[in-house]
Amino acid sequence: MSEHTVKAFDEDITRLRGLIAEMGGLAELSIQEALDAMIRGDDELAEGVILRDKKIDAIEAEVDKLAVRIIALRAPMADDLREVIAALKIAGVVERIGDYSKNIAKRVGKIEGRGTFEPLTLLPAMGEIAAEMVHDVLTAYAARDPVLAREVIATDEKVDAFYNSIFRNVVSYMVENPKLISSAAQLLFVARNIERIGDHATNVAEMVHFAATGYYPPDEDSA
Amino acid sequence: MTRVHDNLEPAEAKMAANHVSVFYGDKAAIDDVSIEIPNEYVTAFIGPSGCGKSTFLRSLNRMNDTIPSARVEGEITLDGEDIYKSGMDVVQLRARVGMVFQKPNPFPKSIYENIAYGPKIHGLASGKAELDEIVEQSLRRAGLWEEVKDRLEDSGTALSGGQQQRLCIARAIAVDPEVILMDEPCSALDPIATAKIEELIDEISGRYAIVIVTHSMQQAARVSQRTAFFHLGKIVEYGRTSDIFTTPLEQRTQDYITGRYG
Repeated sequence: MSEHTVKAFDEDITRLRGLIAEMGGLAELSIQEALDAMIRGDDELAEGVILRDKKIDAIEAEVDKLAVRIIALRAPMADDLREVIAALKIAGVVERIGDYSKNIAKRVGKIEGRGTFEPLTLLPAMGEIAAEMVHDVLTAYAARDPVLAREVIATDEKVDAFYNSIFRNVVSYMVENPKLISSAAQLLFVARNIERIGDHATNVAEMVHFAATGYYPPDEDSA
Repeated sequence: MTRVHDNLEPAEAKMAANHVSVFYGDKAAIDDVSIEIPNEYVTAFIGPSGCGKSTFLRSLNRMNDTIPSARVEGEITLDGEDIYKSGMDVVQLRARVGMVFQKPNPFPKSIYENIAYGPKIHGLASGKAELDEIVEQSLRRAGLWEEVKDRLEDSGTALSGGQQQRLCIARAIAVDPEVILMDEPCSALDPIATAKIEELIDEISGRYAIVIVTHSMQQAARVSQRTAFFHLGKIVEYGRTSDIFTTPLEQRTQDYITGRYG
């Protein structure tokens, strides 16, 4: 995009985009580390994820402040306006993604008999896809790329399929191992959290598409 | 070619320009412009200085006639009637298509006389009582009545800038026009006076076809339902104001309204 006549406007927008990228990078790292901690039972790593969430919240507050300031001082129009509104909403969603990772990290200490607890092996593949969605949607945001955004939206189906499969697996595991029902229930919540992360990445993808093109992506269900 | 948005709701055209060009000497300030001015809508003309928007506005009530070197080609109609045809009564035309200028220009007469002058020369009132009524109603519609009702004999030029501009709008309304042209009506006013004019435009907009030229993008966005973006003597893009300011279709429109132009 060509530059604004008022250079400080460009600086504001660049800073806003930088904050979103930083926030998204932290959220992506938290998903991976929360799952690592969960699988290995690493309390220290889990603690790091919980602490990082504060940093994500702080950046969200900074995005809010900057976006409001840009709207008040620069009166953005057209793609600039969409960009600022999208940043405001994306920051809110990324903050939620951070919360889900934190929630997973908090459950790390509640899993018993980790060495023999098979359902744990189902999580990494699902978590990887969700983390990749978050990674790709941030790339799409940085590049203002509506095509990549639509690919992210399509990927959510895979996460949902994983969730359904894990749900069935864990429920049968519960039936066979009544002693470990409590741990297994924790795992259902973890899978649910990852599934929600996928949904939120999808929301971000829709906003990226809107900011880039001015309209939301067409519903793919009919295709 | 003008890019016209395809989602415009149908509206009755009060005025229409067909392939209009306006020349100052040899130079074309407006180059083959076609557009309809919908009735009961506020249409905003935006664009950089020198893009021809004021020239085009002034051609809608033949204000350019007063400039000897100006020449208009093409056709401009009011209710389907060509306003440049021979035998057209220009004074009558300007009563039907009123105008408000950038700088308020009240007559150096009383507030009352400023409003009453037009109706008198156009024979719109048959007596003092009727004239009084027109003056009061026009001032009320212009949102000025409460402020001036006790001093109608004071000079119009003694009012504040914002009040003078509302007086000029009241004066335009008094002759019962069908179209009101406004050429940057708020550029000499402070934000409060500007807000009052915008509120006034909003209130009277259902009654007339209003065309406003403005350099303030925010103002165009606030007061109009349709927007035309002028550039180098042409209308680049025309559509619903909400669409022009959120999802313009042309890069030049986008660059201008987001402050990336030249």
